[in-house]
Amino acid sequence: MIRWSRFNIISVTLGLAFLYLPILLLVIYSFNASRLVTVWGGFSTQWYGHLLRNNDMLNAAWLTVRIAVFSATIATVLGTLAALTLVRYTRFRGRILFSGMIYAPLVMPDVITGLSLLLLFVAAGIDRGFWTIVMAHTTLTMCFVAVVVQSRLLSFDRSIEEAALDLGAPPVRTFFEITLPIIAPAVFSGWVLALTLSLDDLVIATFASGAGAKTLPMLIYSQVKLGVTPEINAICTILIGVVTVGVICASVVTKRREVQRQRDEHAAAAA
Amino acid sequence: MKTLGSSIYQRLVIIIPYAWLLIFFLAPFLIVFRISLSTKALSVPPYDPAFSWSDSFGDWWDKLQSMSFDNYTWLAGDPLYFNAYLQSLKIAGISTILTLIIAYPIAYGMAQAPRSIRPTLLMLVILPFWTSFLIRVYSWMAILSTTGLLNQLLMALGVIHEPLVILNTNTAVYIGMVYSYLPFMVLPLYSSLEKMDGTLIEAAQDLGCTPIGAFWRVTFPLSIPGVIAGCMLVFIPAVGEFVIPDLLGGSETLMIGKVLWSEFYGNTDWPLASAVATILLLVLVVPIVFFQHVQAKADEKGR
Repeated sequence: MIRWSRFNIISVTLGLAFLYLPILLLVIYSFNASRLVTVWGGFSTQWYGHLLRNNDMLNAAWLTVRIAVFSATIATVLGTLAALTLVRYTRFRGRILFSGMIYAPLVMPDVITGLSLLLLFVAAGIDRGFWTIVMAHTTLTMCFVAVVVQSRLLSFDRSIEEAALDLGAPPVRTFFEITLPIIAPAVFSGWVLALTLSLDDLVIATFASGAGAKTLPMLIYSQVKLGVTPEINAICTILIGVVTVGVICASVVTKRREVQRQRDEHAAAAA
Repeated sequence: MKTLGSSIYQRLVIIIPYAWLLIFFLAPFLIVFRISLSTKALSVPPYDPAFSWSDSFGDWWDKLQSMSFDNYTWLAGDPLYFNAYLQSLKIAGISTILTLIIAYPIAYGMAQAPRSIRPTLLMLVILPFWTSFLIRVYSWMAILSTTGLLNQLLMALGVIHEPLVILNTNTAVYIGMVYSYLPFMVLPLYSSLEKMDGTLIEAAQDLGCTPIGAFWRVTFPLSIPGVIAGCMLVFIPAVGEFVIPDLLGGSETLMIGKVLWSEFYGNTDWPLASAVATILLLVLVVPIVFFQHVQAKADEKGR
């Protein structure tokens, strides 16, 4: 009988400590009264106040959120279609190229993706700014959505769909009334993943943006390069808080829907 | 049996994402390659195109003959670039091995954990991945600097008397790489270890294998697909990494992602930056194709 040995417990605990310690320190030092980042000078929330008066920071944050919402939404539509293609249509010309283009962006270094997109925008004569960042982020994140939705589709019982089609429902209606509700949790987590990837991205956004559009990661990066200020700890803490709450909510919603679905299936089986 | 599609809808489902990826993923690489063959110019855009779409066929032929591989000969002639490629591969390789060594016990421990707490542990490993990558790298700057928290702690404990110089060295880059890419290694390892049939270990032990022997003869070989997937997910992006060497590395750290960035933004030599990218892409194509092959195999198994 295999049980959870002491060795296993220690390695998991140490692993999690390694993952969380830097984040925890950052949060603690965001409440530091001292201007020096690594010297503790007492508890204070002054850096959060500084942040609220920093218009550059607020504008960048708002821009970043708008870009993330737009690109995540487009990426979810495209990624879901791509996942359907990957799972349902295994035979068509160019299938290998298609799956290659889905998997390659997942591992491609950011500098290559960013540079190549920038050169595309320049060659096509498109002015860089908000929409070019949206397009760049959509391209990157749709592949992540496709992989997430694909794994849900693989465990999908297609007989329900076939029943609907046999009963005369047109394909589009079958998709929206049967398929989409069932894969909805995966589509939603794909959207959340796309959103965070977009909020997080520095390199691709830098290449894809012009002089006008400066996202929050770009602003944080330039400030970090200049030297660390406690204000950055504060904005980082807020971002960590927002993401943590978002992810926890998302997982609760997903879990609840999953439970609901299982209950429905049981009820259907009993009836 | 009716299925969704076999109609105009099926075509649309395929064509829309396909067209998007062709335009925004594949076409840009062709443009990068095209620009890598042109020469630097002091204008906007800062290069003379090697080809132009409006050229007539005769022009194309002329240009084809006068096409310049100067950027590539320049890259080949300057040992700086060769060293940067080599060092990127070395740093990425060592980082991947370190990540594997650290991630394996974590993934193994998670897979052995009671079934009820596994989802929570999984969630805890994924959560840092959702918080900003840039922020996580930045927090290491505060920990590793000479006046940083690690040195303060070690000095207070009396372990050292002089602060250690860790920030702006390759050591800091390795720490940053392992830290940032750890979840990418843990997750595939966990999923392959979790699927494993525990009775196999029991059988091995009943047949006289020691626990360590059983691990090396049964558990590890069965987790190889996870090991390969994890190593690829870490190695390929690590080769072209820009943020980690830029923020944590020093002058000794010469990674190709950083070289590309400074060639592009510092020297505004777009053609040379494109040539650097083209070669980096060629270096990475082999592992990416290999990764996709492994992925496709895993998918088949999962079905």
